[in-house]
Amino acid sequence: MLNTLVVYVENKPGVLTRVASLFRRRAFNIDSLTVGRTEKPEVSRMTITVEADYDQARRIEANLYKLVNVLLVENITRESAIVRDLAMIKVAATHEARSHVLELAGVFRARVVDVAPESLTIEITGGEDKIDGLLEVLRPYGVLEMVRTGIVAMRRGSKSAGAVTTTVVASTEAGGENVAYSV
Amino acid sequence: MTDDNKTLTGAGILWECLEREGVETVFGYPGGAILPAYDALKHSKIHHILVRHEQGATHMADGFARAGGGVGVAVATSGPGATNMVTGIATAMLDSSPIVCITGQVGSKLIGSDAFQETDITGVTLPITKHNYLVTHAREVAQTIREAFYVARSGRPGPVLVDITKDAQQTTCAFDWGAVAPQLPGYRPDLSPAPKEYEQALELIHNSKRPVILAGHGIVISGAMREVRDFAEKAGVPVALTLLGIGAFPASHPLNLGMMGMHGEAWVNHAIQDADLLIALGMRFDDRVTGNLKNYAPNAKKIHVEIDPAEINKNVKVDVALVGDLKEVLDALLPHIESLDRSEWLDQIDKLKGDSAVRDIQNLPDTGHLYAAHVINDIWHETRDADTIVVTDVGQHQMWEAQYYKHEKPRSLITSGGLGTMGFSLPAAIGAKVARPDAEVWVVVGDGGFQMTMAELATIVQENLKVNIAIINNGYLGMVRQWQEFFYERNYQATPLLNPDFAKLAEAYGIKAATVHQRSEVLPTVEAARKHDGPMLINFQVEQEDTVYPMVAAGSALHEMIRRPSPIVETAADE
Repeated sequence: MLNTLVVYVENKPGVLTRVASLFRRRAFNIDSLTVGRTEKPEVSRMTITVEADYDQARRIEANLYKLVNVLLVENITRESAIVRDLAMIKVAATHEARSHVLELAGVFRARVVDVAPESLTIEITGGEDKIDGLLEVLRPYGVLEMVRTGIVAMRRGSKSAGAVTTTVVASTEAGGENVAYSV
Repeated sequence: MTDDNKTLTGAGILWECLEREGVETVFGYPGGAILPAYDALKHSKIHHILVRHEQGATHMADGFARAGGGVGVAVATSGPGATNMVTGIATAMLDSSPIVCITGQVGSKLIGSDAFQETDITGVTLPITKHNYLVTHAREVAQTIREAFYVARSGRPGPVLVDITKDAQQTTCAFDWGAVAPQLPGYRPDLSPAPKEYEQALELIHNSKRPVILAGHGIVISGAMREVRDFAEKAGVPVALTLLGIGAFPASHPLNLGMMGMHGEAWVNHAIQDADLLIALGMRFDDRVTGNLKNYAPNAKKIHVEIDPAEINKNVKVDVALVGDLKEVLDALLPHIESLDRSEWLDQIDKLKGDSAVRDIQNLPDTGHLYAAHVINDIWHETRDADTIVVTDVGQHQMWEAQYYKHEKPRSLITSGGLGTMGFSLPAAIGAKVARPDAEVWVVVGDGGFQMTMAELATIVQENLKVNIAIINNGYLGMVRQWQEFFYERNYQATPLLNPDFAKLAEAYGIKAATVHQRSEVLPTVEAARKHDGPMLINFQVEQEDTVYPMVAAGSALHEMIRRPSPIVETAADE
């Protein structure tokens, strides 16, 4: 199944390579990976989706923790979460097709962000299914170009990854609750 | 620690930090990008051992760490100096050996320009180090070195590489040791199991009729020899060893079964296959010890005590995992272990013992042929009462050493297990001798592996180290030849070796040497080597096409062993 991992890492040069290299080295194929800043300047946040069964996902998690720069790993696959992907779709829209395409965009609550004589560029945000759905209905008109960001995800409710910190010195704490390895 | 705030160059800080980490000796080779560090060496108390190849420096640091239990340090320059370290780093990685490799790097402004002797060594070593660093400022040196040592030796140990640009070595900055404590917020080397997991483990142990302990390298690293012994004795559980676990449990102990796996004794593998519970202590179910996973110990529950959570369920699915330091975990378990009578199971294993690999070769009449087993057996006889460290290379002689040398103490066998690095033994033995100068150090090496790193003979002489070298010379890449014999219809492609006269070679370095052809000459020559005040090399010309038995072929189940065809002893149950 497709797992969604949220990985907090130290915002340092080379950390993305270390994480990506780990997946390559252990022969897991990354489906999508996004990385960006967080509310703390010293922490970056990655959302990684990867095909893995339960045991494999546990091992990925454990291997991620072996990277010295990884602060916290959360597998939110089974949790209630807000998951968003953003796509820009450039679709052929000549005179007669234009109104149909605009109508479809409206149905999906997508926005037109560029208009040209022969094409329209549509921006859509949402879950992957929603974007796949829009893409499906636009295909007959001719999709000229498309780009997707890959998903970002956040748990619902007030629970946050407050434990993430970069101020611990030679940490002996943490670890315990988040990593129980009984089977 | 005094709080002395002073100004030093990055190079000066490097040596000062190494001293404060307790380093007395480093193994290295100079070159352009590390020259500022070498220039600053004159102000340091640290002894630098000049090697002949940077691979040698890494194996020496590795041997130093394995023999002494500390952190070994290797130094090299950028580019080729750094890439020559790769094999040694990978070797240390797979065997969880704590080493710190310091490499020079081109100036920070030249990085990325393909400058002379520039290699992206942090990129190259990313998957074969526990962690690595690129240091581009003098002010980063101290904290990085402290973190490197902490990461290398804590948790599951491993190699750490610190790449320092030339300008970071040359420029000056304030140095205050106390102000640069490691900052590793994401690093968690100290995990411990939950109470529930202990209870589950105890239940399995107490309900088991046919348990076997699988004892690995983690016992030695954790220093849990006593705890393992107490545990085995109290619970009445026999102990099978991995190659790197040899020495973790005394060979002479009645509960010691011996080595398991591809070249393990038949009864050990049979016991594992028949067991109803495997208690894995600091081992990682390597393919060389499990054979085919599909039918590995099919009736056994499994408990895995392991410090690295990423090892849990990697190769073998286990029923209970106790993630933590082995010594602490066993300390917590021991008071709750009930003494149980398992004599029936132990008797059953004893019956299997008639079925032995040692059975055959020792009983062969002396036909004038010299077998490696004879050599190793005789070295063991001579040296067993001394504080001896045997450092082996990789191949047939390595397996014979594991089978015929009976190790009683931890850190008495040093060998490349995970990576199987030929050329490891000679430099690793140098490191071992430096770590433990009072120990008697023997290199047991094949004629192939010896020629991979024999340049380090010069290092032995230069440092005046008493290291004895036993070359098990069969004129073949023996283990590869054995595989060709079994699996490639004796098509001996590229395995016969045309060798130099090793004795003359040693003499050219100023090392005393002898060549032995007869079994009767083995003991007196070994004795002579021990008495000689200085290193000695013995070239043992052994039977050319001898084979390591038993053998579990790759892909076979653990109990499906190829056995020595024996005219003397009838084979028992080994289908």
